[in-house]
Amino acid sequence: MNIHEYQAKELLRAYGVPTPPGEVVYTAKAAARVAQELGGSRWVVKAQIHAGGRGKAGGVRLASSPAEVAEIADQLLGSTLVTEQTGPQGRVVNRVLVERASRIDREFYLSLFVDRVSQRIVVIASDQGGVDIERIAAERPEAIRTEQVDPGVGLLDFQCRKIATAIGLGRRAAPFTRLLKRIYRLFRDKDCLLLELNPFIETEDGDLVALDAKMTIDDNALFRQGAIAELRDFDEEDPKEVEASGHDLNYVALDGDVGCIVNGAGLAMGTMDAIVLHGGRPANFLDVGGGASPEKVANAFRIVLKDPNVRAILVNIFAGINRCDWIAEGVVQATRDQAIELPIVVRLAGTNADAGRRILDRSGLDLIQARDLDDAAAKAVAAAAGRTEVRVP
Amino acid sequence: MSVFVDASSKVIIQGFTGQHATFHAEDAIAHGTQVVGGVTPGKGGTTHLGLPVFDSVEEAVRKTGATVSGIFVPPQAAIDSLYEAVECGVEVAVIIADGVPVQDMIRVKRYLAGRQTTIIGPNSPGIITPGACKVGIMPSHIYRRGRVGVVSRSGTLNYEAVSQMTALGLGQSTCVGIGGDPINGTDFKTVLQAFANDDETDVVVMIGEIGGQQEVEAARWAAQYLTKPLVCFIAGVSAPRGRRMGHAGAVIAGDADTAAAKLDAIEALGHRVVRNPARIGETIAEVVRETGGPVPALSV
Repeated sequence: MNIHEYQAKELLRAYGVPTPPGEVVYTAKAAARVAQELGGSRWVVKAQIHAGGRGKAGGVRLASSPAEVAEIADQLLGSTLVTEQTGPQGRVVNRVLVERASRIDREFYLSLFVDRVSQRIVVIASDQGGVDIERIAAERPEAIRTEQVDPGVGLLDFQCRKIATAIGLGRRAAPFTRLLKRIYRLFRDKDCLLLELNPFIETEDGDLVALDAKMTIDDNALFRQGAIAELRDFDEEDPKEVEASGHDLNYVALDGDVGCIVNGAGLAMGTMDAIVLHGGRPANFLDVGGGASPEKVANAFRIVLKDPNVRAILVNIFAGINRCDWIAEGVVQATRDQAIELPIVVRLAGTNADAGRRILDRSGLDLIQARDLDDAAAKAVAAAAGRTEVRVP
Repeated sequence: MSVFVDASSKVIIQGFTGQHATFHAEDAIAHGTQVVGGVTPGKGGTTHLGLPVFDSVEEAVRKTGATVSGIFVPPQAAIDSLYEAVECGVEVAVIIADGVPVQDMIRVKRYLAGRQTTIIGPNSPGIITPGACKVGIMPSHIYRRGRVGVVSRSGTLNYEAVSQMTALGLGQSTCVGIGGDPINGTDFKTVLQAFANDDETDVVVMIGEIGGQQEVEAARWAAQYLTKPLVCFIAGVSAPRGRRMGHAGAVIAGDADTAAAKLDAIEALGHRVVRNPARIGETIAEVVRETGGPVPALSV
């Protein structure tokens, strides 16, 4: 789960990590008021969306009067920001962060993340702040310092000093170490997957400040991160995906026309791949999970059918913990109750598959049954294209 | 021999009296597994499925001589159950739960250093040596005893591959589901190493997915040390970047994480890759023919 920059900064401040003084607002009027309260002569107005690349897209702008702050906020609020990370449809800006502008002396890159290779929390730092870290890694790998944290002892002082020296903050090693250890504690306490401060700056007054913050929390840990779970911003997510997660279904919207209802993440991906191999395009990833009841299957149909591009539906179940008879009942129920007219291809295998197929046979519905994965993908692609015959890839 | 579990494994189930645990313990027993009891705190002294229930793993191990634990406990409590099992010295612990925080797994991996327990999972379908021992949630009836070793992240793709193999008369030595999380108790390479040393395994199948570089690293090891043929499929050729595909670990973070990039890298290392998930069984059959098989599926 991602949270907004201003929310991440609130957490950083709670852990004693300085950020520029500022406040999130939802109206231009409030933006001007906040600028006045903050004081100073220059302010930054930052669009709050869960995507990077805001600066280049015009989502981060400088103002030199409260009136100008209000003007920029007015332009940003309600507008759609298209950045290199939002996709062409962009994101609607519903809130902006107004901050007093910092007097920057030097910019650095600083991030912590869970590294699946070393199976550790890793700290990455560079003296190239405000730049895409992938680009630095490609162009000047020697400018990047990484330190792995041993979970048995946590981030150690000497590691912080090594980083400080490597990025040219050797003289400021003591305050940098204090800050980095606070950042690490925040990362660990809040079950972060990623915490990126880009840039992290030294001001002209010599203060170390987190100028930007991006924070991703482990979804699997939200059960013990109640306060953070409440920061979830549903406006930043696809409404179909939000609804699906409410039904305990794992759904990801894609741009094809074959709707997929599958059990298990691996088979769901494999099914999408088989559709592509047969010349089709999946409309979504959907994992109904284990122990799927007929109602859950019916909900899966409801969500898949909200996508107007869907021309055929493929139900592919290899039941282990699931039961094919329940799935079949769900398919029949959904087809009747939702009066589905699109072609539906069903492949059932594993636990109670024969019972499931009998339910489909007896339903009298015009369902297309498939004997295996290949057959199912071929039939679904043909059905979506309005063909009845199946082509061999 | 088989790997990690066999007919001599004595299995306990943590969370024994729960619905899924009960269903799969019954299935395991019906297919030859030596389930010797289970643990449900607070229900010690009772029996379930005709087997003793204990309050703690310590007591269960002391009284039954259990060597393997299947952890059928919800994700919020699974890691605590795992520590309990490891402290009691079980040889293998299998965590089924999907939803374990990744930082907990970082600590688990550190804690395991110097200890002997093999952890399978989390977010895993479990492990099965057909006809001998199943600790997991897979449908036993699709598996046949044979000489193909299978390792996958996903459960359902494992079933898919196995059913294709079984339909062609190819049985399995052991099938291991390492789990769909970014950090696994046992990784692909470790399982390949076990298959390399197993005299009942002639061919190895590795079924991976998008995200991370584990499959490629395992394939790199295999290119140098594994003398048995390795067949590999990677799911998610059609997956978009930056989106998590169900499994916590299935997300493309960079160019090298894509299914196509991993398949290309593994193919370049000299292994056989399958690009169509419906052709995994056929490809194994081809490899078996080329290497002078047959690999008999010993019915059980």
